[in-house]
Amino acid sequence: MPNAFSRAGAVVIGVGNEFRGDDAAGLIVARRLREQASTQAVVLDWEADPAGLLEAWMDANLAIVVDTVVSGAEPGTVQRFDASTVPLPARLAGSSTHALGVAEAIELARALDRLPGRTIVYGIEGSSFSAGAALDPTVERAIDETLTRVVAELGERP
Amino acid sequence: MTPPLEPRTRSRRIRTDALARVEGEGAMNVRVRDGEVLEVQLRIYEPPRFFEALLRGRSYTEVPDITARICGICPVAYQTSGCLAIEQACGTTVDGPIRELRRLMYCGEWIESHALHLYMLHAPDFLGYESAIHMAADHRELVERALATRKAGNQLLIAIGGRAEHPINPRTGGFYRAPTRDELAPLVEPLQRALEATLDTVALTATLTMPDFERDYEFVALRDDDGRYPIDRGRIVSSGGLDIPAEAFDDHFVEEQVAHSNALHSRFRDGGSYMVGPMARYSLAFDGLSPLARDAAREAGLGPTCRNPFQSIVVRAVELLYAIEEALRLIEAYEQPDPPAVALEPRDGVGCGVSEAPRGILWHRYEIDASGAIRDARIVPPTSQNQRAIEEDLRGFVAGHLDLSDDELQWQCEQAIRNYDPCISCATHFLKLDIERA
Repeated sequence: MPNAFSRAGAVVIGVGNEFRGDDAAGLIVARRLREQASTQAVVLDWEADPAGLLEAWMDANLAIVVDTVVSGAEPGTVQRFDASTVPLPARLAGSSTHALGVAEAIELARALDRLPGRTIVYGIEGSSFSAGAALDPTVERAIDETLTRVVAELGERP
Repeated sequence: MTPPLEPRTRSRRIRTDALARVEGEGAMNVRVRDGEVLEVQLRIYEPPRFFEALLRGRSYTEVPDITARICGICPVAYQTSGCLAIEQACGTTVDGPIRELRRLMYCGEWIESHALHLYMLHAPDFLGYESAIHMAADHRELVERALATRKAGNQLLIAIGGRAEHPINPRTGGFYRAPTRDELAPLVEPLQRALEATLDTVALTATLTMPDFERDYEFVALRDDDGRYPIDRGRIVSSGGLDIPAEAFDDHFVEEQVAHSNALHSRFRDGGSYMVGPMARYSLAFDGLSPLARDAAREAGLGPTCRNPFQSIVVRAVELLYAIEEALRLIEAYEQPDPPAVALEPRDGVGCGVSEAPRGILWHRYEIDASGAIRDARIVPPTSQNQRAIEEDLRGFVAGHLDLSDDELQWQCEQAIRNYDPCISCATHFLKLDIERA
């Protein structure tokens, strides 16, 4: 079966849950990027089990993952982590609502030599995760900032 | 490691605020004093009923798309139970090739979900690793096997559901489009490889050291009307002799609020707890398994019933084997349904549907009006049905293992919770674990 991701030089994956307030931020970044017809990257929004990320980025040489994080920073803070050679900071592990978190999926991929050469994680600090909640205004602004930085990271013109 | 405390003379309090390797987020709290377990609580924090409210006022045709969003691990279960309920409300039963295609897609979800839980979340408990990542260094082949098996199930979901997550092809009455036989053909080889690998896995789970613990559960599962192992629909039966259609659920089961949790807990109307999920299905439908799965179970040392919840990992491996074999059988026998869906006419009424999510029975009930608008929606997920059984397991297990150190006891309590593969995202959206001996 053809692998939908196998042509990917770069893959951008927005992770989150559409119905859980600020947890939707990563998905929104991915959708806005996809609407920019100029992007050459494969863009995925990921609401399922992060274990599947190991397939999603398998043949990519650059993976950019965008997820909401809870690290104690001000809501709306955007943090960039280069996970290519070192794990994500411990404070971000296990904060996912999914079965395996993004940090765990990255480490599992590293253990199995399935991590793209460059793996970058953008973490948008969230504050509200109630079912059905709207995005915090600070997170709205952080989505715009993250989109700009992801486009630059891909070496593409906005 | 903390030295064991004297159970007779000391009080202990063990808390875990974040329960790892459980879908979602929750907490467990156990209090022990003078060798007696005072309290066991599984706490859940989030408002559980958001989706039921969201469904009210929406069209009956939106049920599969909305309910698929409840869980990233078992969307097909939500879609299937929801479609069955809506079809019943419209006075229709979907049979023949459409039903078989549903069952095939459901096998994909069982394969994906069971592979994830068995290898990545539960096996590390038994093999003494903190996580699948730590396990991967020493058991790389096992983790690769997990990923390949999971992928075989995932490809099935993509081929039938239209994409890997929250399938978009299912609709009330069937599917928007049915795959051709040629489109299913490439799925066969990865499934065959997964079948071979899973035979080894069943044998491997039989070698794991099981904590010594049994309980006399009342098992509740579906009974398939064709005598097959229950997956996509059936009557609700129990080890106590219950045998009812989905619409009689409310006459026999009740959901109630408990002070320490946002999730509703289920019990029998006339009393106690019950268990749903792999052990219940296995014990009530052993004869529905394939000969290969029955033989594998026997060789793994299982009898026709299983009452040690830690052995659920063996049962889950047997079910994984069955789901792969059943998928291969359904692909072989596949007839492309034409049309791919039965036309439904909404009418004023009520419908109930129930199917076997990987974690146990998932029940839906909808009231719709003549225009097809949903007046009321109720969803009873497997994890809320198992909450009491989990708390009772913990109470019994802790009482019999007070000689363990806090660290060991906490590890095994977390393992006892993972026996149920609790999908906290279904029961609510978040659950955590907390033992205390204070």
